[in-house]
Amino acid sequence: MSTKTSVRVDRVVIRFAGDSGDGMQLTGDRFTAQTAALGNDLATLPNFPAEIRAPQGTLPGVSSFQLHFADHHVMTPGDAPNVLVAMNPAALKANLRDLPRGATIIADADEFTRRNLAKVGYTASPLEDGALDSYQVHALPLTSLTVKALEEFDLTRKEAERAKNMFALGLLSWLYTRPTTATERFLTEKFGARPQLLAANLAAFKAGWAFGETTETFAVAYEIAPAPAPAGTYRNITGNVALAYGLVAAARRAQLSLVLGSYPITPASDILHALSKLKRFDVTTIQAEDEIAAIGAALGAAYGGAIGVTTTSGPGLALKSETIGLAVSLELPLVVIDVQRGGPSTGLPTKTEQADLLQAMFGRNGEAPVPVIAPRSPADCFDAALEAVRIATTYRTPVLLLSDGYLANGSEPWRIPAVATLPDLRVDFATAPNATKDDGTAVFRPFDRDPVTLARPWAVPGVAGLEHRIGGIEKADGTGEISYDPDNHDRMTRLRQAKIDGIDVPLLEVDDPGLADEGIDGAGTGQADLLVIGWGSTYGPIAAGAQVARQAGTRVATAHLRHLNPFPANLGDVLRRYRRVLVPEMNLGQLALLLRARYLVDAVGYNRVRGLPFTSTEIADAIAKLAQEGSL
Amino acid sequence: MTIHLAPPAQAVDLGLPAFRSGLDDVPKIPTGADGSPLVKQTKKEFTSDQEVRWCPGCGDYAVLAAVQGFLPELGLRRENIVCVSGIGCSSRFPYYLDTYGLHSIHGRAPAIATGLATSRPDLNVWVVTGDGDALSIGGNHLIHALRRNVNLTILLFNNRIYGLTKGQYSPTSEPGKVTKSTPVGSVDEPFNPVSLALGAEASFVARTMDSDRKHLTAVLRQAVEHRGSALVEIYQNCPIFNDGAFDVLKDRDEAQARLVHLVHGEPIRFGPPGEDGLGTRGVVRAADGHLTVTDVADLTAPGGPGTNGLVVHDATSADPSVQFALSRLDDPTMAHVPVGVFRSVQRPAYDDMVRAQVGSAVERAGGPASDDDLAALLAGKDTWTV
Repeated sequence: MSTKTSVRVDRVVIRFAGDSGDGMQLTGDRFTAQTAALGNDLATLPNFPAEIRAPQGTLPGVSSFQLHFADHHVMTPGDAPNVLVAMNPAALKANLRDLPRGATIIADADEFTRRNLAKVGYTASPLEDGALDSYQVHALPLTSLTVKALEEFDLTRKEAERAKNMFALGLLSWLYTRPTTATERFLTEKFGARPQLLAANLAAFKAGWAFGETTETFAVAYEIAPAPAPAGTYRNITGNVALAYGLVAAARRAQLSLVLGSYPITPASDILHALSKLKRFDVTTIQAEDEIAAIGAALGAAYGGAIGVTTTSGPGLALKSETIGLAVSLELPLVVIDVQRGGPSTGLPTKTEQADLLQAMFGRNGEAPVPVIAPRSPADCFDAALEAVRIATTYRTPVLLLSDGYLANGSEPWRIPAVATLPDLRVDFATAPNATKDDGTAVFRPFDRDPVTLARPWAVPGVAGLEHRIGGIEKADGTGEISYDPDNHDRMTRLRQAKIDGIDVPLLEVDDPGLADEGIDGAGTGQADLLVIGWGSTYGPIAAGAQVARQAGTRVATAHLRHLNPFPANLGDVLRRYRRVLVPEMNLGQLALLLRARYLVDAVGYNRVRGLPFTSTEIADAIAKLAQEGSL
Repeated sequence: MTIHLAPPAQAVDLGLPAFRSGLDDVPKIPTGADGSPLVKQTKKEFTSDQEVRWCPGCGDYAVLAAVQGFLPELGLRRENIVCVSGIGCSSRFPYYLDTYGLHSIHGRAPAIATGLATSRPDLNVWVVTGDGDALSIGGNHLIHALRRNVNLTILLFNNRIYGLTKGQYSPTSEPGKVTKSTPVGSVDEPFNPVSLALGAEASFVARTMDSDRKHLTAVLRQAVEHRGSALVEIYQNCPIFNDGAFDVLKDRDEAQARLVHLVHGEPIRFGPPGEDGLGTRGVVRAADGHLTVTDVADLTAPGGPGTNGLVVHDATSADPSVQFALSRLDDPTMAHVPVGVFRSVQRPAYDDMVRAQVGSAVERAGGPASDDDLAALLAGKDTWTV
């Protein structure tokens, strides 16, 4: 039992940083699982280099994992860490500038050797030369403590050193009073077949905990109470896993097979990995020879009556453009998931960005409208996947789902829905001819449309009497035969556009506390002057930034778009209701461009493309700046 | 090793043993006690109501007629046949067959067909493509479909020219080809589609001609029966932009001198018949290992090895090196052009294996997933309750 006292705090932001080979992502994942199990609300931000193992101890090789957890609702992974765990000098140097004064640094003093210091340009150790005087520094020999703790095991020094991340995890677990059973179970599963390694990792983990308890370095441990949340069963989930599960759930609710065609690409590959393990849910994964074949296979499967899905990132989406156009022309359901990353070209493979919006909207030849939707948080990826499948199958169209690198790898608690409450996505396949020729014979017209949705029949091979030919050449309205008729092309182009424009999407909800408080509808005194509107993964930072601005006395409303094509029907009204409209985006103004073009509003962008999500402070500052301008 | 073959049942005997059929999982028309289909199909039923829009004299007409005439023989329901094509003259093919048809985009038909065949074992899936579609813009998809061995019948119409774009040279055009885009002659080395397919690990590779309906049909019969990817190269005349490209193979005497008919298990002989009624030319192995053509008379002369010196065609050899060497007898001058089935080996089909993995995962889990199984998946191992 600990004899130390514990102090209650409401929130903490920890960043684990080390060499790519130090296991920082695993350490962060485990700490997150423990934190989730405790019932804190949380958000995470993994940040790692594209190189698998950059030279050891160098700045390009630094990998980090940030976790924000609290006894209240958390909307971002945290602007700045309160605690930095630096496993070597490179990790310290790469992350120090993000650290506010007074923050805690826990460094592995063993790694601050002359050689390692020189690798990153330190002439003296910052742990000793006073450079860190404005921080609370705990320079601890984590490596040698780990090696000492594992003396009784038959391990080489190198093998023993590799367990230092578990020692650090144990120490932090003590410091923040985290339950350890989840990690112990995890280690048992991971190393079950290798008892020696299991015992060593467990021993390192427990030694870290015990060190915290006994050392005089740490006077107190911290407690963060569980956050209030709606009743339910929760788990922690990343965006990529939520997308994979959402697709599986959608296929089940549609009572159809799921076929994924995919080509490995960062940061989308984890969806392929997740789905390839779910064969028992009637999931087929085809790792194709390239991005084009991947979407081709998905489209072929959709033609055959499956839920066809392809997953990629920006460069892959560029390659898939022509096939998306074919799917638009064939009017077949297809889900295309783009987990956006920094661009152009190869860009920043492991960093986040939102700069594929216009590619998703317009990146095809001809008039080729495609519905576009975007999840707003890691857990929301699950619902977004179901919505993508709903639109694709209802309207017989390819749908673009824009996730991004932050959502893909970031995680948050997710209230697990009951399967029966998920939307019913059953589809009606064509089963019989739908028209009669003049001579009385029944015929099938593959491009006769549903009067409400304008969707054409989904007529899959194997059904007698519906044999038909379709292709990428313009088709005659109704019969689907090749047609070069000018009026027909004009009509078909407008029909395809009208079908997408008419997709049933929910109205946009606006969070305007002034309105809510005073119960005034319309331009009452309670309404804010400024609306902040965003899409995708900026939801958290915008909500958190607006909260900061409101606390500072600024009246600001927020709204967030899930549907980017078509836009919600009330979007124009909402935009025109506010004097100023601010559009924060991790691009140079793509949504703002669409809003200005579509609604003739003077939307102002706040744009950063740093490969990192916005901080709430950045958003709050942008709000304050525009609010000030507006009041002049 | 000699493989004993069933007596020839078809007009053109390609001499191949029967394996598990490519059509095994495709529903058939019910048959009567005598095994004949209860519903009689004819060519007419496979002919769509669309007006055929190829140029007069195009070799595609002959291939279309052969396929329409051949399909009733399979005893399949029309609705279980799908023809997927890319872009080009030949890729209009699906419009003229009264089956399901998908005219896709340039070069991508094998990829689309892979997704369809993998998810729908009850379909007989054809890919119709041309030399530009399959070997240039879609080269990657073709080689990977062949490598994977997806259960597809791929008809590669080779007219050695781009027709639909009006006459540019193609990846099978002979070097020095003068076209609109190469006014002083093309400088590229062409692909030999059979060599390419063999190099891509294809399990079935054949070559035939638009003008020889009997041979074409016999090759198609083998190709459709093959389980896995079956590539059939069809020499096809483009009367507008490359007329007469294969004339030397169509002239009766020239054809006899040049066409090397491959029959599995038989010594490879061709050319004008000798006293024994067999060709007077034959394929032998040269001292350095490559294959070459010689006069049979030279073999049977005193001191020679006799006809035992002739290479015996083995389409079922797992090692494709001799089949590849046969494909290299061909050159742009078409002095010796092997036709028939170069290779027909049985190896697992990609789509069968993919479905087997899904099937065994379902079986291991005790049957199809339920809502409870999905709920368990969503929950994972670490949950907490508020």
